[in-house]
Amino acid sequence: MSSARPYLRPVEPLWWAHPPYLAYTLREATGLAVAGYALVLLAGLISLARGGAAYEAWLNFLKSPWSLALHLLFLIGMIAHVWTWFQIMPKTMPRLAIGSRILPQRWITIAGLAVAAASFIIILLVAVWMQP
Amino acid sequence: MIQVLRYRPETDREPVRQAYRVPFTDDMSVLQGLQYIKDHLDGTLSFRWSCRMAICGSCGMMIGGAPKLACMTTLREFYPGPLIVEPLAHFPIERDLVVTVGGFIKKIESIYPYLIPKTLRRLDEGEYLQTPLQLARYETFSDCINCMLCYAACPQFGENPDFIGPGAMALLQRYNGDSRDDAQEKRMALVHTDNGAWSCTAVGYCSEVCPKQVDPANAVNQNKTRSALDYFLRFLGRPRGSGSAQSEAKP
Repeated sequence: MSSARPYLRPVEPLWWAHPPYLAYTLREATGLAVAGYALVLLAGLISLARGGAAYEAWLNFLKSPWSLALHLLFLIGMIAHVWTWFQIMPKTMPRLAIGSRILPQRWITIAGLAVAAASFIIILLVAVWMQP
Repeated sequence: MIQVLRYRPETDREPVRQAYRVPFTDDMSVLQGLQYIKDHLDGTLSFRWSCRMAICGSCGMMIGGAPKLACMTTLREFYPGPLIVEPLAHFPIERDLVVTVGGFIKKIESIYPYLIPKTLRRLDEGEYLQTPLQLARYETFSDCINCMLCYAACPQFGENPDFIGPGAMALLQRYNGDSRDDAQEKRMALVHTDNGAWSCTAVGYCSEVCPKQVDPANAVNQNKTRSALDYFLRFLGRPRGSGSAQSEAKP
């Protein structure tokens, strides 16, 4: 008679809180910062549609210390998200070919990070330049 | 000192750790450490192994908490220990370091793991030709040795044992990405399901632990793109599963 009695170990419920899954958890969690920032912009757009007074109120909210703290948090989250996302990006796409060779995944990550950094700098420069 | 998670279904209610003192040299693999235990200390210890050179895929286990091949991991990395060796995570334990592989074999069988060309060529018509680029599109996916380390690395497989998983999906992509194959529609039917590509959340650890650089995470996520594309193409009246790999020029 077979004595087979397979034992299934329970899944550790906090697996996402330990390495090697921390980068993944950070990437997914900081997605909320991206969404949060988008919501702030959306609020601005809605205030703009509602007229001058509402838009002023939104601008005043942006200047408040709460908003500055929130934006600092969003910025940190955004940087972490950009970094971790471009690490995984080559895995999420079909293999790119240049000529008859497959492009190494590292290049895709570097290209993504470079575009993100360039956009950041350009937007910052434009913002400084447009300052009244 | 090696601590092995042991499970003897006749006597143990649940797995327990057992420690062994193993004489150690610089060039010993973890597999050789286990073999020393089996030969000199405790003949009842069970583990799978065969080739000793990272080709057969038998000796996958959790070594120091990470999925690795015992033959490909040296003891010196963990000296002076204790080194904890456990069976592959997420799989039921049969005995000691031996896990149940039946579910994985079923998944491999389910993905039509062979070339299905559109038109069979007669012998006198010669080989099915392929350019180096067409080969490169799927080549790493054909390097899988079925060691199941990627399954032990995948938290989604841990949560849902029915998830087809990184290894089987890599093999699926090995055929779906092959320009000589014409059975994408059949295989995409598996990809589209809840237990197909969409159970994956792009953790990416499967590709990190792969001893053969197969990159199963890429295979699964390429299939997400294909699955989403197929979904939208249905509205344009194109049949499911037709598409990209076939559209490359035949040599």
